[in-house]
Amino acid sequence: MSTATHKLLKGATGDWEMVIGMEIHAQVTSNSKLFSGASTAFGGEPNTHVSLVDAAMPGMLPVINEECVRQAVRTGLGLNAKINLRSVFDRKNYFYPDSPQGYQISQYKSPIVGEGEVTLELDGGRTATVGIERLHLEQDAGKLLHDQSPTMSYVDFNRCGVALMEIVSKPDIRDAEQAKAYVTKLRSILRYLGTCDGDMEKGNLRADVNVSVRKPGGPLGTRCEIKNMNSINFIGQAIEYEARRQIEILEDGGEIEQETRLYDPNKGETRSMRSKEEAHDYRYFPDPDLLPLEFSQSFVDLLKAELPELPDQKKARFVADFGLSAYDASVLVAERESAVFYETVLDRLANRARDGKVAANWVINELFGRLNKEGGDIAGSPVTSEQLAAIVDLIGEGTISGKIAKDLFEIVWQEGGDPRALVESRGMKQVTDLSAIEKVVDDIIAANPDKVAQVKDKPQALGWFVGQVMKSSGGKANPQAVNDLLKSKLGV
Amino acid sequence: MTDLTSLTLAEARKGLAAKTFTSLELTDAHLSAMEAARVLNAFVMETPDQARAMAREADAEIAKGDAGPLAGIPLGIKDLFATKGVRTTACSKILGNFVPTYESTITSQLWRDGAVMLGKLNNDEFAMGSSNETSCFGPVGNPWRRDGSNTTLVPGGSSGGSASAVAALLCMGATATDTGGSIRQPAAFTATVGIKPTYGRCSRWGVVAFASSLDQAGPIARSVRDAAILLRSMAGHDPKDTTSVDIAVPDYEASIGKSVKGMKIGIPKEYRLDGMPAEIEKLWSEGAAWLRSAGAELVEVSLPHTKYALPAYYIVAPAEASSNLARYDGVRYGLREQGRNIIEMYENTRAEGFGAEVKRRVMIGTYVLSAGYYDAYYLRAQKVRTLIKKDFEDCFAKGVDAILTPATPSAAFGIGEKGGADPVEMYLNDIFTVTVNMAGLPGIAVPAGKDAQGLPLGLQLIGRPFDEGTLFSLGEVIEQAAGRFTPVRWW
Repeated sequence: MSTATHKLLKGATGDWEMVIGMEIHAQVTSNSKLFSGASTAFGGEPNTHVSLVDAAMPGMLPVINEECVRQAVRTGLGLNAKINLRSVFDRKNYFYPDSPQGYQISQYKSPIVGEGEVTLELDGGRTATVGIERLHLEQDAGKLLHDQSPTMSYVDFNRCGVALMEIVSKPDIRDAEQAKAYVTKLRSILRYLGTCDGDMEKGNLRADVNVSVRKPGGPLGTRCEIKNMNSINFIGQAIEYEARRQIEILEDGGEIEQETRLYDPNKGETRSMRSKEEAHDYRYFPDPDLLPLEFSQSFVDLLKAELPELPDQKKARFVADFGLSAYDASVLVAERESAVFYETVLDRLANRARDGKVAANWVINELFGRLNKEGGDIAGSPVTSEQLAAIVDLIGEGTISGKIAKDLFEIVWQEGGDPRALVESRGMKQVTDLSAIEKVVDDIIAANPDKVAQVKDKPQALGWFVGQVMKSSGGKANPQAVNDLLKSKLGV
Repeated sequence: MTDLTSLTLAEARKGLAAKTFTSLELTDAHLSAMEAARVLNAFVMETPDQARAMAREADAEIAKGDAGPLAGIPLGIKDLFATKGVRTTACSKILGNFVPTYESTITSQLWRDGAVMLGKLNNDEFAMGSSNETSCFGPVGNPWRRDGSNTTLVPGGSSGGSASAVAALLCMGATATDTGGSIRQPAAFTATVGIKPTYGRCSRWGVVAFASSLDQAGPIARSVRDAAILLRSMAGHDPKDTTSVDIAVPDYEASIGKSVKGMKIGIPKEYRLDGMPAEIEKLWSEGAAWLRSAGAELVEVSLPHTKYALPAYYIVAPAEASSNLARYDGVRYGLREQGRNIIEMYENTRAEGFGAEVKRRVMIGTYVLSAGYYDAYYLRAQKVRTLIKKDFEDCFAKGVDAILTPATPSAAFGIGEKGGADPVEMYLNDIFTVTVNMAGLPGIAVPAGKDAQGLPLGLQLIGRPFDEGTLFSLGEVIEQAAGRFTPVRWW
């Protein structure tokens, strides 16, 4: 169910609507594999993280890794989904050298997690809701290496048996923007939960995208599945291309063939991989080596109680507690690291209630703005949360002005150092002592009788005096104090 | 020293403890017997050096006085059990010269308790068969022959090597496995005692899988007491097998000689088959009479879904097997037959590596799991299985302690006599035993008499889940009444 307006594609016969559903494969964060004790560490020498079970030696049996079960339940809770206290592992049978057992252990009819939903953040503050159909646990496959020998293919089983969560959405997504927002949001939730690192470059999060088109509100069209996408941008491009391809066929009087396709990012097009007829018969049946997976409601409740705050909750809290705009709050919570940084700044502030919003502006505009410009990320920020909190404190307590603060930020970015000490040593302190400012004010009033006359008629002209005073104080005068003093002296 | 081989395990244990003889002497006696009995083809791999080393170790432990319950007892191991550093093939060409780097849980427990390994025993390929004729190492001979005949008979299967070796006094006991009757049927054919424990009683870890939901390991032994002694070491919870059950293993030997007075024994009317040989009928009545005179109460019971057990078994077992055997693909270990591409390599390897019966079952299993057939076959067979289980539960709920049936519909037959044209003829051997696997219950086969041609026949007792103890008590009553049977040596 989508509540936002979405993009329609124009064709020769009028508008077309896209109907998109996704299967996300997310690698579970765990030390060992789904059914064996072998390490899940990335980047080991080939076949160094392989147990007898992973290699499917004769007589070996799978034993469920309880941490992977906990991670799946946590994820289900994070997706506001129904947790099934009883689920079943099935065998998906097929021959391929990356699958040593000759079958993948997966969950077919009874998944561990049932229906849930995710709220998407779209441009302009719009939101959309995407339903989750199910989440199930399954084994990852090994990796074929085709470049090691001229005549043979080699296989690396390090990844074989690592736990994956397959998260299946309902066909609720209506355009490429929503599809991208969906993956972004799901990835964010997984990273908050710590159940998947979301590293798409390493293939730890990949998506199969089902695309069909129809006349708005009409019956569903035949879908094509675009396999194994591991970039959010490519997902958007692939959907646009695929929808246009289908519209062209339909408008030419053709029919869409249900098939599996691959996206070629270099050519910007999707290509047929296999047709429905070539699809495997996986001969699913319950894995007789594993009992049904059963746990109690209290097991779920315990995990629920320990669940971290998720982006939607955090956003609501930022808005309520610090008066942040919904947009600013979304920017801060989108990435777990950004939210953590902001919250660390908050923790270090002398007066959170007063300066929380100013701190948000500084994190978003100055820090993120600068990081974006320099192509860095929050982990490599030269300005620490402690330094930024000190700068915000200095502004809040009136020690420096916002303008001076920007200079101070620049110094901290370039050279580092304790902002409070820098303000002292470099004489950047704001002058709030009225007697010190008074002389300057008196001098300027005396030197500019014409302006004085002007301001009596037009009080807005006071700004000119403030500017003059600030200029001659080297920016260190407290603007509020200058303002008040001028008003009383000029009688406006 | 050859008389050492005629001892029961319990007697040998006593002799070792009393230092009447050493484990090395006992082991050597069996190694000589094995050498003299190679014509039986019971062993597919003899491990004399390892046996003697283990025997010496056992002797040292016995001398120190901290010997395990099986210290110094020479055993044979079905080739389905992975043995570290010793070739393990499941008697299939497809495993070739596979040498595991690991030891099955069951054999580890036997060695932990001091037992000595004599070698690996023949079996039907991947335990698929009822005559031990499907082994890639060739058939096994039964030490029993028909009176006045030179025809070599099958020892039953799939644990034919285990049954033959125990009956021919080549080992004091053997490990075996039972998916549809593979312990009890060969035990009945060779006048040995075989028990298939409750599903989950013994770990399946390290045992080559045939049909995971039905496979269960157990011993074949020379007496009921010996079987009880062996099962105690083999049984137990294993965290590496999630289908193994965490229930304490009782001292089964304590059940031997326990009174069966007042026990209620069920005689299932559905097991009285049309055209059942009169001597089987007679054996069954005799068994009932022995139990009655020991104080048990005999009652007729009904297991109405019995007739569906065999067809349902031949759907469930091949379905699981088709998937379990997918790992034998030539990629990582065992046989590889090259091909122009990966598909051809798979095809060539599996065509060359699997025998006819294995191929038949893989194909049946693949078929019944296929899209469009799953509901009609596999799902329906699972429903039948639930009903069969319920039949037994209803029976036990009425206070029945155990059920008495014949173990097999006939005595041993000649090599090549059965199943040539119609595999079902061979499958019918398991008609009395498969129900027990389908229900996951314990069942014991005990020698009870001979047919008119002098061939041994056995009776089966089926118990409540995890009540192997009662089966040992009742089995011993039959054993005492029927006496022990030893084949006349012809090899």
